[in-house]
Amino acid sequence: MKLPSIILRVMQHWLVPLLVVVSLFLLLRGHDEPGGGFAGGLMAAAAVILVALAETPTEARRLLRLHPTTLIALGLLVALVAGLIGPLTGKAFLTAVWLKADVGLFYFKAGTPLLFDIGVYLVVVGAVSTFALEIEEAAPLAPDRTGATPAKTDSVEGGAPSKS
Amino acid sequence: MADQIVYIALLIIALSIGISMFRFVKGPSIPDRVVAFDTAGIISISVIVVLAHSFGRLIYVDVALVYGLLSFIGVLVAARYLDRGL
Repeated sequence: MKLPSIILRVMQHWLVPLLVVVSLFLLLRGHDEPGGGFAGGLMAAAAVILVALAETPTEARRLLRLHPTTLIALGLLVALVAGLIGPLTGKAFLTAVWLKADVGLFYFKAGTPLLFDIGVYLVVVGAVSTFALEIEEAAPLAPDRTGATPAKTDSVEGGAPSKS
Repeated sequence: MADQIVYIALLIIALSIGISMFRFVKGPSIPDRVVAFDTAGIISISVIVVLAHSFGRLIYVDVALVYGLLSFIGVLVAARYLDRGL
């Protein structure tokens, strides 16, 4: 089958790591400042959509490693574990438990809200990639329904225009 | 002095959004309208940055960053829809 334009595919190699890094940045600072699991998950899902558009949906599924539905289940499990840490310390369900430490230059602070945000992140990535990949795989792969489009792209890529 | 610079920048930005909205309304074909919409989106990133400066909220710059990364994908999906259909 015909792959999308070379500009898009080259740009995707640069943009996808950037999107993933910014989404992790949004996830990790989410409990104190704007951001959080939902916004970060949407950015990571945008990276998946970009791969599915620039390469193929199969390539996007290979990059995800896990099936999107598995990601949803994993995220819900992580969120449930984050909620159950509260009862273990003798407080109510979903109580925030913080772990703070002063490690030299850094002030390290992590807790169950971060764990809950990671769960939300996984659920959002899984759900949005499920929607996008299903829609993309159901779509026709080549623009063969209209007669004019393949001839135009042939002349751009191959040099000599084909006869069609 | 800094206030005047911000006002002039906002004036120029408003003018350019007006120009791209003109193309959005008038544009004969659908790709014209998509490109005009993308242009207006990129200009609105500069609106966010100017507002971040004048309100003194540095956090708005992150919003501009994220929007700049994501508006590109929106136009990409629109172009793919026009090319192949949903």
